[in-house]
Amino acid sequence: MRNAFLDELLVLAAGDPSVVLLTGDLGFMVLEPFAERFPDRFYNVGVAEQNMVGVATGLAEAGFRPFVYSIATFASLRPYEFIRNGPLLHGLPVRIVGVGGGFDYAHNGVTHHALEDIAIMRAQPRMTVVAAADPAQARAGLRAGHAVDGPVYFRIGKGGVPVPGLDGGFGLGRLATVSSGGDVALIATGAIAAETVRAAELLAAHHGVEASVSVCASLAPAPVDELVAVLERVPVAVTHEAAYVNGGLGSLVSEVVAEHGLATRVVRCAVREMPAGATGSQRWLERRYGIDAQSVVGAAISALDALVGRGQAEPGS
Amino acid sequence: MSATGAQLIRRAVLEQSRRANIGHIGSSLSIVELLAVLVGGALDLDRGDGRADRDRFVLAKGHAVLAWYCALHVAGRLTHEQLETFACDGTLLAGHPDHALDDVDFSTGSLGQGLSIATGAALAGKRQDSARRIVVLVSDAECNEGSVWEAAMFAAQHGLDNLTAIVDLNGQQALGYTKDVLDLGPRMAERWRVFGWDAIDLDGHDTAAIRAGLDKRRDGRPRVLIAHTTFGKGVDYMESQIRWHYMPMDEAEYASALEQVG
Repeated sequence: MRNAFLDELLVLAAGDPSVVLLTGDLGFMVLEPFAERFPDRFYNVGVAEQNMVGVATGLAEAGFRPFVYSIATFASLRPYEFIRNGPLLHGLPVRIVGVGGGFDYAHNGVTHHALEDIAIMRAQPRMTVVAAADPAQARAGLRAGHAVDGPVYFRIGKGGVPVPGLDGGFGLGRLATVSSGGDVALIATGAIAAETVRAAELLAAHHGVEASVSVCASLAPAPVDELVAVLERVPVAVTHEAAYVNGGLGSLVSEVVAEHGLATRVVRCAVREMPAGATGSQRWLERRYGIDAQSVVGAAISALDALVGRGQAEPGS
Repeated sequence: MSATGAQLIRRAVLEQSRRANIGHIGSSLSIVELLAVLVGGALDLDRGDGRADRDRFVLAKGHAVLAWYCALHVAGRLTHEQLETFACDGTLLAGHPDHALDDVDFSTGSLGQGLSIATGAALAGKRQDSARRIVVLVSDAECNEGSVWEAAMFAAQHGLDNLTAIVDLNGQQALGYTKDVLDLGPRMAERWRVFGWDAIDLDGHDTAAIRAGLDKRRDGRPRVLIAHTTFGKGVDYMESQIRWHYMPMDEAEYASALEQVG
């Protein structure tokens, strides 16, 4: 996904001389094409993310559209106050590109696991937050975000396979529904959406449960009306994200349910503890911390069973 | 601007601080001559039609913004009526600078951010072949922040000789003397030189020296003026006294301060 994003950035940069790219000394085998094609618009600022955002703020005030690039933890957490008091406070078009959401960096350990980037960015009223689900959506998100006058945070996956049915669909403030089903709504953000689609397949194949799958790549602005439309049709919604449970997509969906007085039961499939200690592959971590496809299936079935137990719904009927 | 201009700024700082009953007086009084020079012709602040090529000034030590408001007022860039709104409900004249006010290019208030922003502004100026200059005023204790040195390395690496940092070396910070907290002072210039800057020590209350420091021919390096100043300059009971970082004046103290400043 990151290569697709950077490939699209080349196109943007070719058409817009105000685009400059700053990296905090990361992006090996990713940023070289930009650096080679636009050597005078590429800055390795060194391992200094705070200064990277400060410099981007000064550049943006003078008319540039700077992209700052690092691994998502380092792009979001370290310079967070610089982002708040810089591009956010001044309303400047700095683009923060955080690579590798959730457990993308797997065995690199907890310092590299971006689990709260979306939550902290979503907390800021002026921030546009985009977490693409696959390479085509990353391209579309970048194109759509380019028109935004304020700052944008892009969480882009390290790898990423195409999400079936998504077809690069993206709109700011829009929800992309990739499959339909009336028993449960699965709502995902970011590259984990491929697992969400697999969960829907497993629910259908093994449990006779028809699940819709929606991808919420535009977390801010949030697709509130479209979420309402999806949520009010089902008794249960499962949110799915490679992130801590508080502040991200699950919180967003819960807020929509509460503020619109919907009866939908929301189950948040997300990371509920710090993944310290034993580590492993991305797949292993996603299973251990409850965000793999099986976990989504389990969450959906438990919630549906609970409703049946209370006589509120009968899935598959 | 003459020493009289500095005197007027100093007096206005006392008046507004007293009226608003707000402190940060000592940090404001230490930079009065520096600001008098900057608004008195050293900076091209003409914003006509949103002029992009005006110089940029970043008050990284944003807590001393009252001195900047007063300097703007004395220079005729801020009316007395505007100045009188300092710290009032609905004002644009906050206790730290907000860019909603003309002549505040960048909002500051969190120490350690201003130099990075100024560095970006200087890089932009170079990229745009603009003659505009960027001046950023940082406090000595602000140099405790690691991000200051991130920016210092970057500015030197990229030869940003359109950038001037001024360090207000007044020797004090919120809770104590800098020598007792993190003692950067005695070799401050040397620290910046090691980071690749053209560092000049000068008396921060000597307007001619400040002008000369700003005007000295550039050699491809960013410049830093290490301005040796006195905290609370001009008011004897404030000078080098920690309590005047935060404290406002009572009536008797105010009367004494005004008399001393003249």
